[in-house]
Amino acid sequence: MENKLTRSLYAVPYLLWIILFVVAPILLVLYYSFFNIEGQLSLSNYEKFFTPVYLKMIFSSFWYAFLITAISLAVAYPAAYLLTKTTHKQLWLLLIITPSWINLLLKAYAFLGIFGTYGAANNFLEMVGIGSKQILFTDFSFVFVSVYIFIPFMILPIFNSLNDLNPTLLDAANDLGASRWTTFRRVIFPLTIDGVKSGCQVVFIPALSLFMLTRLIAGNRVITLGTAIEQHFLVTEDWGMGSMISVFLMITMVLIMMLTGSRKRGA
Amino acid sequence: MSRIFRFFIAIALVSGVLLYAISSLNSEQGYSGENTLTIYNWGDYIDADLINRFEKETGMKVIYETFDSNEAMMTKIKQGGTHYDIAIPSEYMIDKMRKEKLLVQLDHSKLPNLKYIDKRFMDLPFDPKNHFSVPYFWGTVGITYNPKMLNGKEIDSWSDLWDPELKNQILLVDGAREVIGMGLNSLGYSLNDTDKGHLLEAKNKLDSLTPNVKAIVGDEIRLLLENQEAAVGLVWSGVASEIMAENEDLEYVVPKEGSNLWFDNMVIPKTAKNVDGAHQFINYMLDPKIAAQNTEYVSYSTPNKAALQYLPKEMVEDERFYPSSELTEKLEVYENLGKENLAYYNELFLQFKMHRK
Repeated sequence: MENKLTRSLYAVPYLLWIILFVVAPILLVLYYSFFNIEGQLSLSNYEKFFTPVYLKMIFSSFWYAFLITAISLAVAYPAAYLLTKTTHKQLWLLLIITPSWINLLLKAYAFLGIFGTYGAANNFLEMVGIGSKQILFTDFSFVFVSVYIFIPFMILPIFNSLNDLNPTLLDAANDLGASRWTTFRRVIFPLTIDGVKSGCQVVFIPALSLFMLTRLIAGNRVITLGTAIEQHFLVTEDWGMGSMISVFLMITMVLIMMLTGSRKRGA
Repeated sequence: MSRIFRFFIAIALVSGVLLYAISSLNSEQGYSGENTLTIYNWGDYIDADLINRFEKETGMKVIYETFDSNEAMMTKIKQGGTHYDIAIPSEYMIDKMRKEKLLVQLDHSKLPNLKYIDKRFMDLPFDPKNHFSVPYFWGTVGITYNPKMLNGKEIDSWSDLWDPELKNQILLVDGAREVIGMGLNSLGYSLNDTDKGHLLEAKNKLDSLTPNVKAIVGDEIRLLLENQEAAVGLVWSGVASEIMAENEDLEYVVPKEGSNLWFDNMVIPKTAKNVDGAHQFINYMLDPKIAAQNTEYVSYSTPNKAALQYLPKEMVEDERFYPSSELTEKLEVYENLGKENLAYYNELFLQFKMHRK
């Protein structure tokens, strides 16, 4: 009996945390989303959301988030694979993770200098004879910097699942006459799919609502749902519309989690 | 377990000692009660030397805090956590704060130096009869450009920006009122126009500017223009004077079609504890010599007519930053258009941003 009591006592901080900082804010956001700019209860935000302006914004958010995730994955998987083959894995991993300790804003500002008209990147292009190009404020620079920022979060889960892979399975595949490509396709990839999934979740979801980079690196030429939320809260003070977009993002995230979540393997 | 426990006790003890030290230090230096004055201002927007002098003259302690947007400032004052005695918001925000009853009415008998302020800048629509605010600095919105990068081309109007020669050369500041206002001005409409047809027309006109627009950015615009990332920028005069001090090639012009005239005024928020000290401070800042020193430091335009004589001639006679009264006649002050209209401005601005080349 006492054991049960202490156990529920231990649960109190956790429950308080969840209620105060997870459940309550979500309910508040949901609540605000039903108020129009005049402060009246209405569904106008939901109507407004399905106008061409916002639909276009949703499309571009998803498109860029997809690009960022796909490119990160394409870079991260081979990188993680190579990492598991090196002798000082943990050191290499640490080196890859280190940049994520630096503040995002600082990194973005650094790219302003590197990609600028007179920046290092253009100096290099000039030197190799291509001639300087506009790099800053283009789609390319936006995707490039986002990928750079998200890559550690993609590598980490993939590295972990590759690292946990039992090497005898690869030997077995080899003994049974599988080519290297078949081994990768039939053995390695299926066994690390959970790492890939969680890597994609960790990248795709924040990428959907990126807002600062859209201004700093893309010069507001890329508009995502995150930019719209920021504007509605800080400039327009239309909290209802901002909340509505957040609700949409949350629903999308839950759906993505459900679709990519690891199902119990059995039967 | 006991180790963790001891660790927590140690942290609690250290925090306790530090807290005690702070409070005793504060009371030692007089940072308590009536004798302090808390000022809430934009970053780097006052000559710190003047604060020291004010402290010496009055024996008051000044606590100085900064904000970076009007909205952030208002939110903090609304919450009322800190007892700000002085704040320096921009004109549209003063109108809003006045209507939301967040300001203390000024006692003009305690502000004898108010007489030095240029009559042009008194009794404006955002604060009739200056019941709540006193001008601190003023300026315009205009175009800064680099003639060297444009082969000596000169710009003097908004419509010049639509020149195809300026392809990919314009940086805009990320403000709905400024950018939509530019569209409205170029069509000859008022900056405070709320006619949806006119606004839509302005937005369509702006869409046709897209090929010339390199980026729409925030405070980075200073850095980018200074580094010649683009030849032309839509900026506030204050930003222009700062970057012109860094890069001498740059020019600033207030477009002839008209533009925005803005003010940052001193107010006493409702959170004030030291209303008397706040009046003293405002009056002190209005003193011509003090205002002149502050203007030389901040390099924005001062509304203090009597201070002009103490300023270097080339500064005061610079038509770019002290436009003639004929030009200021054509300039408009932003009116508080109300939430709904402001939302429409922002909606159009968002659509303009999304318009692709």
